[in-house]
Amino acid sequence: MNVAQRAAIVEVMPQVPTANAETEGPVRARVIDLSFYYSDKQALHGVNFLVYDRQVTAIIGPSGCGKSTLLRAFNRMHDLYPDNRYEGQVILYPEEINIVSPQVDPMLVRLKIGMVFQKPNPFPKSIYDNVAAGLWVRGIRKKTLVDERVEQALTQAALWGEVKDRLKTSAYGLSGGQQQRLCIARALAPDPEMLLLDEPTSALDPIATARIEELVTELASVVTIVIVTHNMQQAARISNYTAFMHLGQMVEFRKTAIMFTNPSDRRTQDYITGRFG
Amino acid sequence: MPEHIMKAFDTDLQGLTRLITEMGGLAEKQVVDAISALNKQDISLAQRVVAEDAKIDALQREIEEMAILTLARRQPMAVDLREIIAALRISNDLERIGDLAKNIAKRVNALAGGFQLQQVTRGIEHMTDLVLTQLKNVLDSYARRDAAKAIMVWRSDEQIDAVNNSLFRELLTYMIEQPRNIGVCIHLVFCAKNIERMGDHATNIAETVYYMIEGQVLADARPKGDVTSETRIPSSPERRNS
Repeated sequence: MNVAQRAAIVEVMPQVPTANAETEGPVRARVIDLSFYYSDKQALHGVNFLVYDRQVTAIIGPSGCGKSTLLRAFNRMHDLYPDNRYEGQVILYPEEINIVSPQVDPMLVRLKIGMVFQKPNPFPKSIYDNVAAGLWVRGIRKKTLVDERVEQALTQAALWGEVKDRLKTSAYGLSGGQQQRLCIARALAPDPEMLLLDEPTSALDPIATARIEELVTELASVVTIVIVTHNMQQAARISNYTAFMHLGQMVEFRKTAIMFTNPSDRRTQDYITGRFG
Repeated sequence: MPEHIMKAFDTDLQGLTRLITEMGGLAEKQVVDAISALNKQDISLAQRVVAEDAKIDALQREIEEMAILTLARRQPMAVDLREIIAALRISNDLERIGDLAKNIAKRVNALAGGFQLQQVTRGIEHMTDLVLTQLKNVLDSYARRDAAKAIMVWRSDEQIDAVNNSLFRELLTYMIEQPRNIGVCIHLVFCAKNIERMGDHATNIAETVYYMIEGQVLADARPKGDVTSETRIPSSPERRNS
């Protein structure tokens, strides 16, 4: 086998996580050869990467690249529809279970992993009830404990000061940015292992966006965060690791500092410098 | 590399490259003219060199302004970011080269009418030729984004240092032999040092060009040959340098 032949083989080998893995700190999730099918349409092709514990990992890429599809695999959102199918593994640590395995109950996964969506979607209830809902569903009913957890979650979401005197008022009375922080508090209340954010600031004005970004960087010290964003500058601002996806493939996964100053792959460079996408 | 979706971004970056190339050409000319004025004791040429330095300074300001504006407007990443930072750094080095040429030109007045040291003149011409070659090569490597050429420039400074070392010792000899020479020789020592510094700036530019293209800093220590700061000066007139 000559050099050219060897090089050709290396080209088609699956991408392996290149963020200098094991020396970087504890791993919270490991995605191994993950493929996903919307019935017969393949949306993810053998994705490999790592999610480090209590770090912010951003997933970027052009429209239709599969970033939201990938994110939703983490909390089994796809299971809500009948013909969807996973191949490969998403191993959650420290439990070491494959959370996309058919043997694992999606409900159990969603109890550990929370999600916040692009459009703020509080329940049509009071502020208090929104945050407490996740606790009640888990059988935590003792009032003093729930009160405490609601206050803690709202404080962590940088919302407590603004709502503490009107906890029983409707969540719909809040502004867009406040509603989104409420959704974050709602996701935080049950003390999740991981928080998934799907373009959380796309619908918000720049100041509300900045406050949520600040919130994300603070929260990262207590909960692992994976964020999908189409805003590259946002990924550059708040993430520690960035994954670039294109056409359902993981093109490059790297420390953010290096991704945005000296990426390895030509496709990554073209995307982040605005040469395609 | 494909073009940016925003064409204006490409225009901005090309504008920066063009300005650096223009500034480089101007710096080269200033060096040629300054040494020519020195060796021919041509005062009016020297005065022109001093006046022309303002153009180099103006170009540096223009490049800085354009770079800062592009940073603010485009939030550049990766190679684009490195290109803009490179333009800022290279313009600094070129501006210093211009200043060094101006400094040489200023000394022509002080040297005019004095005796000429043929050996030294030849040495200075030789060193200048080496520096101009380095400068041409490094500006080429920038315009063509040629990392290999940049490395070659980066490694080639020792020859210039060697000539400077020997010029330094030679001038020391003249000064020791005849104290009346000291005035002229001191100026010539400064001139030689200025040319040697120009060579160093060329290697700085080479490092920046390499970083711009490869995204990595040249890690090894650059080969350095200048020993003039360590050359011992004999303390009594009887002891001569060989």
